[in-house]
Formats: sequence, C-alpha cells, structure tokens
Amino acid sequence: MIASLETSSELQRRRAKARWFRRLCQVLTWLCLVLLALLLVHATREGLPWLNVGFLTEFPSRFPERAGIKSALFGTLWLISLTAFFSIPFGVAAAVYLEEYAGKNRLNSLIEVSIANLAGVPSIVYGILGLTVFVRWLALGRSVLAGALTMSLLILPVIIIASREALRAVPGSIRHAAFALGATRWQTTRHHVLPAALPGILTGTILALSRAIGETAPLIMIGALTYVAFVPEGPMDAFTALPIQIFNWVSRPQPEFHELAAAGIVVLLTVLLMMNAVAVLIRHRSSRDLQ
Amino acid sequence: MTAAMVSTRGSVPAIAETAPVLEARDVTIRYGEKTAIDRVNLTAPEYKITAIIGPSGCGKSTFIRAFNRMNDFIQGTSLSGDLLYRGIDIYAPETDPVEVRRRIGMVFQKPNPFPKSIFKNVSWGPIINGFKGDVHGLVESSLRKAALWDEVADRLDESALSLSGGQQQRLCIARALALQPEVLLMDEPASALDPVSTARIEDLLFELKKRYTIVIVTHNMQQAARVSDFTAFLDTGKMVEFGETDQVFTRPKEKRTEDYVSGRFG
Repeated sequence: MIASLETSSELQRRRAKARWFRRLCQVLTWLCLVLLALLLVHATREGLPWLNVGFLTEFPSRFPERAGIKSALFGTLWLISLTAFFSIPFGVAAAVYLEEYAGKNRLNSLIEVSIANLAGVPSIVYGILGLTVFVRWLALGRSVLAGALTMSLLILPVIIIASREALRAVPGSIRHAAFALGATRWQTTRHHVLPAALPGILTGTILALSRAIGETAPLIMIGALTYVAFVPEGPMDAFTALPIQIFNWVSRPQPEFHELAAAGIVVLLTVLLMMNAVAVLIRHRSSRDLQ
Repeated sequence: MTAAMVSTRGSVPAIAETAPVLEARDVTIRYGEKTAIDRVNLTAPEYKITAIIGPSGCGKSTFIRAFNRMNDFIQGTSLSGDLLYRGIDIYAPETDPVEVRRRIGMVFQKPNPFPKSIFKNVSWGPIINGFKGDVHGLVESSLRKAALWDEVADRLDESALSLSGGQQQRLCIARALALQPEVLLMDEPASALDPVSTARIEDLLFELKKRYTIVIVTHNMQQAARVSDFTAFLDTGKMVEFGETDQVFTRPKEKRTEDYVSGRFG
C-alpha cells in the first residue's frame, strides 16, 4: 500500500499549535521591547531640551535652568569604579574556589544555598548592613568608600553565581588535558579555565555592576547626600549618585525639575549602555582569541 | 578467578625479558561502594604496546587512568594494591601526582586540544614544567614524532580547533610527547576518528613504541590485534586473561576470552 504524503488533519493540528506558540513568543518579546522603547522615548523627549554641556558640567541648583548633574555623574563613576575594584576580585576568587578547589560536602552546599539566598535579599537590607558595619563600626562615614563597599556586598552573590556558571561551562576535558601534562591546579585554572570562562564572567559582572548603578535604596540608607555641590576627590569624600539626584528632582513640585530628572535618566542610561558596550567588546575579543 | 592464577598467566616468557615500566599488583579500584576494578595484575614492558580490551563498562578506562592518577579528580574513588612505575609506588604518600603525570603522558578518547594555537598546544606543557631550552625545536620534533609536522608546519599560529579530528588527536599525542615522557597512556585514542585517521594513528603507534612504553585501551579488537604486543582482557572489573597478543587472539586459554575475541559477546 502506498502511504499518502499529503498533510493529514492530525499534522495540521500539530502545526497550528506550533504556530500559536511561535506567535505568543513573538508578541511577548515585542511587548517588552515596545514598553522599553516607550520609556526611552518619553524620557528622551522630556529631557532632551535640558541635555547640553552645561547639564553635565554644572552642580545642582534650586534654579532648574542652572541645575546640572556633575556631582551625581562623578559620584556614580567613583562609586562604580570602587565597587568593581572590590567586588570583582572577591567574587571571581570565591567562584574559582567553590568551583575548582572545594569538594562537594555539606558545608559547601550550605554556602551555595546561602549565596543564592543572598542574591535575593532586598537591597535596603544591604543598606542597613552597610550603615552598621561600614559607616559606623569601621567609621568610614558617609563616604563613597562606604557606599562602594555596601554595593559590593549587594552584587557579590550575583557575581559569584554568574562566575560559577561560566566556570562550570568550561568542558572538563580541557582541565584533564592540562592536568595530564603535569599542570598544577593553579596553572590549569590560570591558563585554560579562566580564559575560557572570561566572557561569561564578564557578562555576569557587568550585569551586576549595571544593577549597582541603578540602586538607590542602600545609598539613601547609608546617607548619601541629595544635594552635593562638589565632586568627590577621594574615597573618603561624601557623594551623591545619579539615581539619588533623579529621585531628588522627581520629588520636587516644579515641572522643570521633572524634565531635569528625565535628562538625568538619559545620562544614566548612556553610562549603562557604555558599560555594556565595553563588555560586548571584551567578550568579542576573548572569544576571537579562542577560535 | 584468584589473583594467583592471573599472575601465573601474566608471567609469559617475553615479559620477563625486559623490565616492566608499569606494574599493577592486586589493584582494586572502588567508586564509593561500587568496585570498578577487582584485584587486577598487569605488567607493561618497556618499548612494547600493551592493549587492554574488554566490553563497555568493564573498567578498562578506570584502570588506565589510575596509572597517572587521573582518578584523583573523581570524588569517592579509592584504590588498594600497588601501582608501580619502575618500581616506585605511584600512590605512595610521598609521590607527587603532578610529577607522575609529567612522566606518564596521556591521550584521551576524544581529541581535547586547548582552544589556542597549534604551537601553544605543544609548547605549554614543557613551559609550565620549567623547560628552558629551544621551545621551537621541541615543538617541531614533537610534531614530527606525532607525524603531524608536514601538515601544520606553515600554520603553527592557527587555532588547534581548525584541525580535523584526526589531526587534533595527533596534536594531542605531540602535546604529550613534548614533555618527553617514558610512558604513554592512550584511552581509546582512535574511537572518535574515521578509519583513515585511525589507520594513521595505528601507524604512528608502531613508530612510537621504539622510544616509548605504551598502554592502550581499546574496544576495537582488530586494533588490539594489529598494534599490540601484549593484550589484557578485562571483564566486569576482573582480569580474565593477559598474555602475548598473538596467543590471546589465536589460542586463548579462557573460554570467555575466546568468546569475546571471536565476537560472540561484548
């Protein structure tokens, strides 16, 4: 008997389901993008008239036309650089230890679960911790250093988890090849495992830092100032940051300040975009080396 | 099967002629509760190829990995009995596993070159082990010994991943040879390759055994018959028969060996 090769009704039903699922995914994807685009367009349209060199080089003022974002921009740059300085070495080192050195035992699974839980703790809690430990006990005051250390604690779990995933994705055969050549654990990690995991580690780290850039609650908690008419010159100086400045402007009654806030959002997003671009660039570089 | 019976069978005349480079005495390897290798005896004489054959899951890979302590990386493995390298206990407390792996090279089942240049693949091992001489010369001679030089001489800076599977495996052999080991352990080195590449690797083995002592695991009986001088047949973790390859394949002493080499099971 010759089987029919025409579409059966059963196959048609399966196809219809497949089409619907595809359409659903499409719609949801576009919905996300459209919402984001709306936000961007709205912020840009409101803020654009205020976006000029003066906005970037002036300090905040109670007169909207003279108000600028300089102290907040520099505060954010200080904050994020210091946060990266503290969180990346600790985070990557912890991930390497947990993934490459530590065996599987109860203590380590406990550590693993705790880190996953810490990643979900609300940022305000880290703010309280930072206030107690860094601002008061270590007497760092309301400095950018205290802020960066608090932010580091906040994003450390995310960096550790992302780095561990990246390390785990490196095939075991690479490690075995290195060990079979008489390499020590460190030589294997340093020369083969870390370079192969670097793109993944970078992505996780940049995402974590992006989160830190937008965080407001812990900074308010540790007492970052809302009105700062100077640029921090060292890690012990007081500071403000972009999200705090934006929050400050939004809460004022005059509509001009709301537009300033929109302009501030555009600046914040630009800083974020630049960071992500750097991450993409480094990723591209290191994956090219691997091929 | 008692250990005593195995060792009598193991002492075929030819083995006594040259000193064994590797020797296993009553080796038992466990993964947790499971016994993977049960009281196995084996000798690998100098400049000979010793093949370990057996059905899947018989423990042959576990056994060969014990010789350069690669099982150390699998949590829960324990070993009893003696594994000797020129009379030195490989598992003695004072033995450094890194030193063991430097002397006893290994080639894996799947080609696993580093995602780096061909040159770096070969030079890395010697360099991290403190090699101070002419690295370029060493890379060339290692690639020549692995019969790969002619194919890669003009593209040493290209990624090793651009090579074909067979070339990658010969690169892995060159990489192991660059450390100037005495022993080469090969865990099914041709099982992931096509017949032509397999034939090249087998030809290479004949060349290599002039200077190296080789232990090879294979599930391919024809391959064992073609390349090896001695053959050990393992089944469910036990040594069924060990002797000269010719004898094991043509006049096996054990019924199970005969069944296996004639293709009746496995």
